[in-house]
Amino acid sequence: MILDQSLAGKVAKFTGLGICLVLTVFPLYWILVTSFKDPGSIFAYPLKYWPSEFSLANYTGLFEQSNFGVFIGNSLIVSLVAAALATVVSLLAAYVLARFEFVSKGAVMGAFLVTQMIPGFIALGSLYILMTRLYLVDSRVGLVLVYVAVSIPLCTVMLRGFFENVPASLEEAAMVDGCSRFSALFRVLVPVMTPGIAASFIFNFVNCWNELFLSVTLLNSDSNKTVPAALNGFISSYNIDWGSMSAAAVLSIIPTMILFAVASRYIVQGLTAGAVKE
Amino acid sequence: MAVTETRPAASSRRTAGSRPPAGRRRRFSGRTALVLLAFMMPAIVFVGLFTYYPLLNGIQMAFRNYNLNDLSDTSWVGLQNFRTLLGDEMFRGTVKNSVVWVVGSLVPQFLIGFTMALWLRRKFRFRGAYQALVFFPWAVSGFLIGILFRWMFNGEFGVVNDLLMKAHLIDTPVPWLADARYAMVAVISANVWYGVTFFAIMILAALQSVPDELYEASAIDGAGKVRTLFSITIPSIRTTLALTVLLRVIWTFNSPELIFGMTGGGPANETHIVTSYMIQVTQEGDYGRASAMGVMVVFVLLLFAIFYLLAVRTRTPRRKAVAR
Repeated sequence: MILDQSLAGKVAKFTGLGICLVLTVFPLYWILVTSFKDPGSIFAYPLKYWPSEFSLANYTGLFEQSNFGVFIGNSLIVSLVAAALATVVSLLAAYVLARFEFVSKGAVMGAFLVTQMIPGFIALGSLYILMTRLYLVDSRVGLVLVYVAVSIPLCTVMLRGFFENVPASLEEAAMVDGCSRFSALFRVLVPVMTPGIAASFIFNFVNCWNELFLSVTLLNSDSNKTVPAALNGFISSYNIDWGSMSAAAVLSIIPTMILFAVASRYIVQGLTAGAVKE
Repeated sequence: MAVTETRPAASSRRTAGSRPPAGRRRRFSGRTALVLLAFMMPAIVFVGLFTYYPLLNGIQMAFRNYNLNDLSDTSWVGLQNFRTLLGDEMFRGTVKNSVVWVVGSLVPQFLIGFTMALWLRRKFRFRGAYQALVFFPWAVSGFLIGILFRWMFNGEFGVVNDLLMKAHLIDTPVPWLADARYAMVAVISANVWYGVTFFAIMILAALQSVPDELYEASAIDGAGKVRTLFSITIPSIRTTLALTVLLRVIWTFNSPELIFGMTGGGPANETHIVTSYMIQVTQEGDYGRASAMGVMVVFVLLLFAIFYLLAVRTRTPRRKAVAR
């Protein structure tokens, strides 16, 4: 074969890939191991790379000492609702942007893309004032609305790419058969695009689940806090309790990792399509 | 024939009865235009109200004395906030840190990410599983990555010190995050770890769009590995490379989450970059000064993007000739 690689090249390649794998997975492994150690043995020399006995004390301690169950519940509700709303709103906008030409289209796309260049927290102060006026400070509803707005631009761009892979004749046929544009979109196009839409939803969910600065700024009371806002409180304390901290970190990483593993193929497709095509 | 229309009513009249234009461009009636507008409206309202309104409002705050702690006088002060910042030793330090942070993070990220993408280009057994494992940092927030590395770089019980001592690279534990000399190194290594994935994904996607025939042809022509890399691979994906780097410069500059999780800007503000300092000032309530910082950030990044794109564009034709 023309493209056959030399043996030395292969050895170098797989050694390199192996090192990358170890380095990538190690931090996750370490936080997992820490979280399952007995709280006393976390701060003991020599460091144990494999716990002598598995203990759930850090996890039970976390839920006893803080309202972590409430934080996780808040994060779940806020992220689910915001991701779902953002996906539906973006779906409608992406459909129009994918299928039709109009003069202000470039302006709309530009306005969406600019939001990706400017960090969301740049207007944190004036957003806080706006939310105060709307009586939406320290409210999960308020946070959901802001998250929807933050998620829409990138989600729209991703979904637009997925729409372009579906022939327009599909919904045209449905409309000839008497469907309205709206029902053609939801009865014919959406079922065809399910993987792409699911990936966009998961992408939104993960971003909302991970968001830090907006939640820290807009939420005050423990009953409303999301996980990142709560963790920010944990690390601000003078003496960090690394036992419950590691348990908290593990619990907030796991959901996103599972979701991402399920959808990563489509997310990568959606995100790279634009960059590679042009 | 003009296919793009601003006024839907005119569109339906002018195009009635003519043949549909080529491509996926389509004409639409006034009623359809209303439906489309209704489809677009929710997105526009959300982004307008919760992104653009605060943004524009924030810009005008940059020119006012707007401090939450004392709202008795929120008058216009012109460029006062900007002058204060430029004279502020702390702010100038964060500018320097930002540059170190961006360059120090991106150069290794790019080189390692590129190498990984080259290694992953060709199929091998378990490649899918490998990618799923190696790409996982992407799912985790910078803030949590910061917390993970804060624990690993812990001066007393951190695993980094333990491993380095086992390898006899250091004799005594290094107080990574407490010592101003090492904190930035620690934070940047965490960020390098975090960002390699992104480069690997983007570059791999680009590599997979390069047709195999190009490689076969170059092999027939007797080109070696290095020659192929510089004459085929890089020219074929240079647009993606250029855009990926640009995006990463902007995002890295704008992403202080990892720093917040790892050091909170300390010790002695040594790891504060402009955007993390901006958030701290916002939290302190000085919205005027924070907004001024935001305006400067956007302005500088915009200038950078323009010059960068110009520089990339002028070099394109020569490269293309080589690629062929």
